[in-house]
Amino acid sequence: MTHITDTKMRAALQGLRLITAVLLGWLLVGCGEPTNHSRAAFVLMDISGSYAAERDQARRLTNYLLSQLDTGDSLAVGFIDNSSFTERNIIAQVTFDERPSVASQQKRIFQRRVIGFMDNFQTPSYHSDITGGVLLARDYLEEVDAGQKHLFLLSDLHEDVPPRLERDMKLNLSDVQVVAINVKRQRSDNENPQEYEQRLASWEKRVEENGGRWALVNNMERLEKRGVLR
Amino acid sequence: MFTDMLTIWSASPALSLAIWLVIIITLLYAGRPHAHQLLRSTGRAIHGTLRVASGSIRRLEERVINRNNDVLLAQGREDAENAIEREFTRVNTIVERDLSQYPVLHRKLTETLEKIETDYHNSIENKPLPPAWQEVMDTIRNLPSSGDPAVANILENIKEVVENSHEQTLKAYQDDTNERHGILKSMRPEWRSLNQNMQKVQQTITGLEDSAKTIDRRMDEYESMRKGEDKAVNSLTSSSLTQFFISGLVLTIAAFGGIINFHLIAMPMAEMVGGNSYIGSMPTSDIAALVIIMVEITMGLFLLEALQITKLFPVIRNLDDRMRKYMGIAALTILVIFAGIESSLAYMRDLLALDREALTQSLAGAAEAESQFRWIPSIGQMMLGFILPFALAFVGIPLESFIHSLRTVLGLVALGVLRTLRVTLRLIGGSSNHLSKMLVNLYDVFIMVPLSIERMVKYRLENASSVPQETAEAETVVSAAEEVEKAEREREAAASKSKPQSKRKSRRQKTDEDELADEDLSLTAGEA
Repeated sequence: MTHITDTKMRAALQGLRLITAVLLGWLLVGCGEPTNHSRAAFVLMDISGSYAAERDQARRLTNYLLSQLDTGDSLAVGFIDNSSFTERNIIAQVTFDERPSVASQQKRIFQRRVIGFMDNFQTPSYHSDITGGVLLARDYLEEVDAGQKHLFLLSDLHEDVPPRLERDMKLNLSDVQVVAINVKRQRSDNENPQEYEQRLASWEKRVEENGGRWALVNNMERLEKRGVLR
Repeated sequence: MFTDMLTIWSASPALSLAIWLVIIITLLYAGRPHAHQLLRSTGRAIHGTLRVASGSIRRLEERVINRNNDVLLAQGREDAENAIEREFTRVNTIVERDLSQYPVLHRKLTETLEKIETDYHNSIENKPLPPAWQEVMDTIRNLPSSGDPAVANILENIKEVVENSHEQTLKAYQDDTNERHGILKSMRPEWRSLNQNMQKVQQTITGLEDSAKTIDRRMDEYESMRKGEDKAVNSLTSSSLTQFFISGLVLTIAAFGGIINFHLIAMPMAEMVGGNSYIGSMPTSDIAALVIIMVEITMGLFLLEALQITKLFPVIRNLDDRMRKYMGIAALTILVIFAGIESSLAYMRDLLALDREALTQSLAGAAEAESQFRWIPSIGQMMLGFILPFALAFVGIPLESFIHSLRTVLGLVALGVLRTLRVTLRLIGGSSNHLSKMLVNLYDVFIMVPLSIERMVKYRLENASSVPQETAEAETVVSAAEEVEKAEREREAAASKSKPQSKRKSRRQKTDEDELADEDLSLTAGEA
């Protein structure tokens, strides 16, 4: 009987050692380089020329992002006009609180501000400074230091920079996924479709040369299927 | 390269191939003894090595079997001891509860019996029977009246007096009989009481008898375990496996309950510890929810241990009763507090879910719907949050059974693995042995032409030189074979007398000898 008890004790000690080793291993794995799980998204919408009529797409995209983003994530909405690299081009920005209830309130406020901008919008801009907007978004995304960075570009990608602006520079979009949404075809594209393809290809090349990842989603419904923000 | 090699002897490939074949067959014939030796020794070496390994595994298997049996019997003995102890405690309780009142019962029975006896005596002290008045009356009636009115009057008076006396005596006798009936009637409750008391005694005695039978059965089982009988081992193994599967099933159900509980509190936990912090790849809120569930299970284990329902922690079991009671109260209090926390978290979850639903509807552009009867799921979630911790607290009971039976199951699994390994090794060893024999024969097939020539030459040489010697040699060979056979029989008989072996062992040995005998290939004349 004593022999059995001793054996049991020995087995229990061995089990204890094993559990301790597993726990220590798990702790060591856990104490490694902390993974940044937060996500950041910047919605850049073009309000120049005829594209200004596509504001509803921006509203839908913002709502979709608000439903997908969670506590600790960041979201900003900006617009592209004659000169986009200014603070006034940001309509709303927020980093959601850690508490889900507070985050829900922040989402409501954010939604109201975006809707307010859409409702009060009157005059489309003459030029479209897409590069300035991208630089603005890049700065925001770098600032929030998120694990996943997304830049949603709602534009026809037809850049028309005023002559006074200097935009021939590197974009530095490392780790940023640029998603071009609803790239509308212009009248000239109808006459020469190659122009449209060239425009898309040049932006793709520019983004990838600057360290970013390029994606094109023309239909908003496909955004979820593409697994963006997952 | 191959073509160059092929046509090295001649430009004609067929001729060159023939030359190559001749060379190869000659070389193979020349190297036949060494090749045979190489093949057979390799086969034997593999066979022998694997047999030794198989033997070692067999010994290990026997050790595992013995060890499993020891553990199983020790557990069984412990359980049987506990069961017997429990039965004795039950007997003790019966004796203390019922038979401690036996003096009172005995006194009551004695008093009842005394009273019944007194009543009985009272009932038998009856009045004397009335005298034979009828004869006197008949005599007076039959007297001759002789016509004298005075005599007739006197006789009439005497008759009346006698009749009156008779009636009075009869009435007294009837009263006395009634009185005795009354006494006997008053004895009925006493009889009933006596009957009830006797039934009580019978019940007690029957309970004791049942317990005694159970103890006898347990003692038989214990005896069987003590002797280490196969019947006991098989019974314990079967019982252990049943326990393992049943407790495994209950633990699976408990695990599902734990998952439900986790989902109930994980979301509101983000409200308390933040939803953006991670430990490793897991959100801190999830870990906090898991910790709460684990603590609840632990408190449940402590509570069951303090109540002496389970025996997982010897430290708690060895505490004195008062400390164990305090510990039980502390565990129960913590469990109740955690159940309250879970209940409130479940309510918070409901509120958060409602808020999130409203936000989703708002983002989708739909009008926020007025939800009716929202209080029903709220109350349901709160109740679930309160009850689940207590349900999980009972997980200690199947856990104990699972841990105890796991040892047996692991032992059986280890035994199965060892047995499979042993059989595999034996199979590989036997196959390699037979393969080597097959290769030896195959080798001879390739060089059958020179071998046939060799046999032919040898036959002719033998025929030419040793015809007269054949008879003598044959006789010598036969007598030598008989002697060897006789010696072997004697040796076997002596061995069987000196070492009585088990049937199985001798059979195995015989098989081994046969195998070894098969292995000894007789050398051909060429090899010699």
